[in-house]
Amino acid sequence: MSWESWIVATLSRTLAYGTPLLFATLGEIYTERAGVLNLGVEGMMIVGALSAFVVAYTTGNPWLGVLVSGVVGGAFSMIHAFASITLRANQVVSGLALTMLGLGLSGVVGRSWEGWPLWTPLREVTVPGLSRIPILGPALFEGQNLLVYIAVLMAIILWFVLYKTRIGVTIRSVGEDPATADSLGVNVARVRYLCVLVGGILAGIGGGYLSVAYRPSWTDGMTAGMGWIVIALTIFAFWNPLLGLVGAYFFAMLFHLSFRLQAWLAPELLKTMPYVLAIVVLIVVSRGTLQKRMGAPSALTIPYSRGED
Amino acid sequence: MRLPGWITVKRRPAPSPWLVFGISLAAIAAALIVAGIFFQIYGVSPFRAYGDILRGALGSKLGVTETIRRMIPLLVIGVGLSVALRALFWNIGADGQLLMGAVAASGIALFSGLPGPLLLPAMLLGGFLAGAAWGLVPAILKARLGINDVITTLMLNYVAISIVEWLIHDPWKGPTMRGFAYTDKFPAAAILPTIAGTRIHWPTLLIGLVAAILLFLIVKRTRVGFEIRVAGENPHAARFSGISQTKVTLFAMMISGGLAGIAGVGEVAGIHHMLLAPNNISLGYGYTAIIVAWLARRNPLAVILTSFLFGVIMRGGDVIKVSLGLPFQLVNVFNGLILFFLIGSEILMRYRIRVGRRQQA
Repeated sequence: MSWESWIVATLSRTLAYGTPLLFATLGEIYTERAGVLNLGVEGMMIVGALSAFVVAYTTGNPWLGVLVSGVVGGAFSMIHAFASITLRANQVVSGLALTMLGLGLSGVVGRSWEGWPLWTPLREVTVPGLSRIPILGPALFEGQNLLVYIAVLMAIILWFVLYKTRIGVTIRSVGEDPATADSLGVNVARVRYLCVLVGGILAGIGGGYLSVAYRPSWTDGMTAGMGWIVIALTIFAFWNPLLGLVGAYFFAMLFHLSFRLQAWLAPELLKTMPYVLAIVVLIVVSRGTLQKRMGAPSALTIPYSRGED
Repeated sequence: MRLPGWITVKRRPAPSPWLVFGISLAAIAAALIVAGIFFQIYGVSPFRAYGDILRGALGSKLGVTETIRRMIPLLVIGVGLSVALRALFWNIGADGQLLMGAVAASGIALFSGLPGPLLLPAMLLGGFLAGAAWGLVPAILKARLGINDVITTLMLNYVAISIVEWLIHDPWKGPTMRGFAYTDKFPAAAILPTIAGTRIHWPTLLIGLVAAILLFLIVKRTRVGFEIRVAGENPHAARFSGISQTKVTLFAMMISGGLAGIAGVGEVAGIHHMLLAPNNISLGYGYTAIIVAWLARRNPLAVILTSFLFGVIMRGGDVIKVSLGLPFQLVNVFNGLILFFLIGSEILMRYRIRVGRRQQA
């Protein structure tokens, strides 16, 4: 294979594999920014993947499948929101429970859908003009589907909202110092519910992308630990949507290269990179002031109560 | 949360053990009912499903012994986790610690060249040390740098998975295994004895039971146990009374990681007799054991009971796979539901809720 086609293939696969990571990471960034840790990403992604496949398969409309995956992911995340925000249950346990439930339900319900190829996956698009750029054109603007570009757009929009709008300030204040936000008239519980919902919807869509675009079919456990990479990515991205974009593609490229470089490097070792890097990032930012500047929400995992009990 | 006027909520002092027991039972029952509704929707009679599970797990000698076989790793890990959780250390990484224990045991079994009688003790010790080391990394990171234990323990699970994958595909791949990704079979002297006619590797079970009793006594009766309890219940008071949070964290994680490592030794030396794919060594025992320890209210003795319960559920997954053709994933539905109802029910322990009487606080 010529080096050109090697680069084209690598970039193209990176973009394709990074997209579900990006969707779910953007969601988790919003969830955590509001002070809620949701370890249920894997569970939300897998129910999203199954529901998207079932709807796309039965209706023949993949976009309807994507829509439903968002709805189902969002609905599923509300279990976590209710437990951790309303009941103030432990967020770690609740998130783990959500993942177990998601893997279990999708495994049982999805069994009769296993192994059927989806005849109507998301269509590939060619971006007119841009696709004629040498190397980058065929790599980034050909053979991808619209969701890939929607994810990029989403990262930019969510970055803008988080840093440049009042809504963003409100979300961050709820994750930083909910008591002060509350005293300024912010409805802490409502903001947190909405951010968990955003996280669920985006994780669901990330899962849906897998089953109607990336690999148009349903297999049990097809998210294969992606949800945990997302948890690592959220830290790696310093809770910033644009860095989330960079991180998602970076990890996707590592993942792709772990297959490509098999002859020279054990693929298993490259696969540990996201996890090792997340720990390294945590060590680097562990000094308090740096942590502040890097965006780690102070009130993460701490349930908020007005102190009226 | 705003409540309608006819509900009053008051903080409860310390709930009595009976109340805790009752609420826990009610939570499990509620989870089973919801799972039953799910069965019904899925087109399987819940009565038939639960009947099959009970008969398959407890109704025959084979059933009981297989239940105990599933219970062993949950018991050994759960006992250690109950101590870690008591010290307020969130060890989500027991699965990784288990795998590292399995790796150490496999390395010793296959390559150490130790004489036969020394092999098993060395494997158990090596497994304990490897699991403890894997657990101490996040413990040190938390104690020294204040780094979130949930994330680091979780991440290290995936690093451990990759290490096992790499070993079985590359350096440790068994030359006699015809290209399959396993190590070679362990020599006979490296295989844990089992109770005749069963897959109960009793040394591991015994370690779990002894650890449960010992740790119960340590937590209740000793200085370090006292420090763990204070540090876990009131970190503020602990700091003022000169209790070292670092010492408590490291001790708890050495125990928790080490026992998870022993569980890994049990699985490879008692069941599989080789190192193989990570998801074959552990069916998520490290995660299920969190529920086991949580349900036992972090009491090491109660873990004996709760690990048996989850042994029944896991065995139930095996049974129902055959009798009703439902996937083993069903176990995760049970686990998830029980966990949700458990944490949901905790509000009932923390607060007294009265309905129908208006009362001014």
